[in-house]
Amino acid sequence: MARRRKEGSVLRRLADYRKWWYALSLLLIVPGTISLVLFGLRLGIDFTGGSLIEIKAPAGIDADEVRDAFGDKYGDPVVQSTSAGTYQVRVKQLDPEQHNDLLASARKTLGPQAEELRFETVGPSISEELRNKAFLSVGLGSLLILLYIAYAFRNVPKPASSWRFGTTTIVTLLHDILFTLGAFSLLGYFTGMEVDATFVAALLTAVGYSVHDTIVVFDRIRENLIKRPGRRFVDTVNYSIAQTLVRSLNTSLTLILVLVAMYLFGGESLHAFVLALLLGTLIGTYSSIFNAAPLLVSWQLWAEKRSRQD
Amino acid sequence: MATTLKRIRIAFAGILALAVLVGLVVWPSGPDLKLFGMDKQLKIHEGLDLEGGSHLVYEADMSKVPKQERKDRLDGAVDVIDRRVNALGVSEPLVQANQSAGKYRVIVELPGVTDVEQASKIIGATVKMEFREQDPKAKPDPKNPLSGYAKDSNLTGADFKRANVGFNQQTGEPEINITFNGAGAKKFAAMTRRSVGKPIAILLDGAIISAPRVSQEISDGNAVITGGFQVQEAKDLALQLNAGALPVPVKQVEQRTVGPTLGQDSVQKSLAAGLIGLVLVAAFMILYYRLPGALAVLALLLYTGIMISLFKLIPVTLTLAGIAGFILSIGIAVDANILIFERMREELRDGRSLPTALEVGFSRAFTSIRDSNAASLLMSAVLYTFGSGTIRGFAVVLALGVIISLFSAITVSRTLMRLAVRTVLANKPALWDVVRTDGAAPEGGKRA
Repeated sequence: MARRRKEGSVLRRLADYRKWWYALSLLLIVPGTISLVLFGLRLGIDFTGGSLIEIKAPAGIDADEVRDAFGDKYGDPVVQSTSAGTYQVRVKQLDPEQHNDLLASARKTLGPQAEELRFETVGPSISEELRNKAFLSVGLGSLLILLYIAYAFRNVPKPASSWRFGTTTIVTLLHDILFTLGAFSLLGYFTGMEVDATFVAALLTAVGYSVHDTIVVFDRIRENLIKRPGRRFVDTVNYSIAQTLVRSLNTSLTLILVLVAMYLFGGESLHAFVLALLLGTLIGTYSSIFNAAPLLVSWQLWAEKRSRQD
Repeated sequence: MATTLKRIRIAFAGILALAVLVGLVVWPSGPDLKLFGMDKQLKIHEGLDLEGGSHLVYEADMSKVPKQERKDRLDGAVDVIDRRVNALGVSEPLVQANQSAGKYRVIVELPGVTDVEQASKIIGATVKMEFREQDPKAKPDPKNPLSGYAKDSNLTGADFKRANVGFNQQTGEPEINITFNGAGAKKFAAMTRRSVGKPIAILLDGAIISAPRVSQEISDGNAVITGGFQVQEAKDLALQLNAGALPVPVKQVEQRTVGPTLGQDSVQKSLAAGLIGLVLVAAFMILYYRLPGALAVLALLLYTGIMISLFKLIPVTLTLAGIAGFILSIGIAVDANILIFERMREELRDGRSLPTALEVGFSRAFTSIRDSNAASLLMSAVLYTFGSGTIRGFAVVLALGVIISLFSAITVSRTLMRLAVRTVLANKPALWDVVRTDGAAPEGGKRA
């Protein structure tokens, strides 16, 4: 019983340990950020242009043999094996005639039963547009969230301010984006996982979900500030986090159950997409509990300190 | 109290009726909808990534076309490509114009077609159409049918609107009606005025396909070619003319082809994965939240049914990303229930009675649910605006999911719970999980 009480007391004072959480966040973000700077993201043809052929080679043929079979007539092919036992071959942009030519010459080596499962080709004007839209949608998405939260929390009582709520949400959002991008940079470097247009959708959805989570905690803080005025801000925040903790964990748990099932048993072509959602959801759950509300406390204390100095 | 109970019963009856309707729509061999003369086939429309097929994007080169004409030219190109695609004999093809960021594109979807070399040649062929008048100065060369005509012409495919087969009212013979657009009609009037009694050659890619003689000046842009055609001949010629006049050159810029095996494989796996996920979530909800959890699972089943019905009725074309969005939206639907149940528990711990805790829990959780779902809707809107193809499908499904999940949690779950608290079930605390005391209690041990 005594042990339980102690455990519970940490959970009830989460914001008091905020410096630890900030350190943990740094630990989570720094490796990926270094990878982002050094290796960048491994961009798929959606963003670079080019063609991709997914082929089911007969048993016993490895990636090197597939590469040789395709030859370098249409650019040096980049071959990536998938977990479903197929191969993805990336070459420069092909027109339909070149595509059939390349496929025919590859089949000379691989055998006529080598089945083409998928063929995609993206021209430079499309890839440029997809790149622009990716930046625009992340940027505009963040801006809309900031405005929305500033509006939704407009009647939050002092000492908090709705803009502070909005800005804190954006900081958490950037934290989540940076972590997910970093993770995919590492995955790209070590496993060859590519980032395509659906990755952006997954990232935005996960971010939307993280904001969703953050709002639930903030909503509680607002309610408690109104219902229980005159307490220390940090106590109100601690209390609000504790009240919403079970809900946050349970909701994330259900979502993570679904996503893990989709990752393990779903189609191969969904893997990268589901993984981005999964990582985004995990980090989003963490950041809305351990970063968002504690950041409000840090900001509040900093503002109080500054006003005392003035 | 009596009226409230009556209201709850009416709501419950409404939910039951909805469930029956949804069941009818969802049932695989369910009847097709015949309402108010509307005849709607009830089936899930699968996207190309599931069904197998090709998605092609062509970009029109508008560099030589004045700004105000570009929209019309694009629409013209869509018409021509549509006719070419129909001539290919593909079932349920889709051809649509797409304008974004100053680019003019035509999107072509060919379900079931994976070898697009042939199709692509026909669709993107930049056949040049010209109408040439005779050149009086030229010396006719019997070996070269073109030699008697002017070297070039200002009346081209861009001026041509359409050709169709009609029948002469007096003779009953088939004839071809050609229509020009506004600018074309003026040019054609000038040309026919100069060419009365002489032939005008119609050329496709530099070869004469017809050279009818002009009997009088035609100023309204509607020409008729008569000349002892057989019906089939006339049809072929009209088709050639219609398919020939791409008003602006196009170039293929994107292709996504998915073989039928990959698509079906992904569908089955992903649906199975969704089902496994759903069963896990249901098990968790029932084990953790007991009776409310079980009721939420019922509401969730109805939610799933409503979503599938909407996919069939709207209809929403389901892509792989769409399925992911759907499964994700189940998570969101569960979240609304969890928010409410957690809130309810707090009220129960504060010593409120079950019915009061239920009402207070629902109303207190509502602002959180509303604010957080609004954020998800905002993100869906951004994705829909900036996304293309699959991402749009994902955004639509997610947005629908958010809206329907609100209904599911707020109306369906609440009605079921309101009904349950008025039965003998309310006397069994274990079903409502009142006994557990973990989670947050107010600090200092005092109750707020």
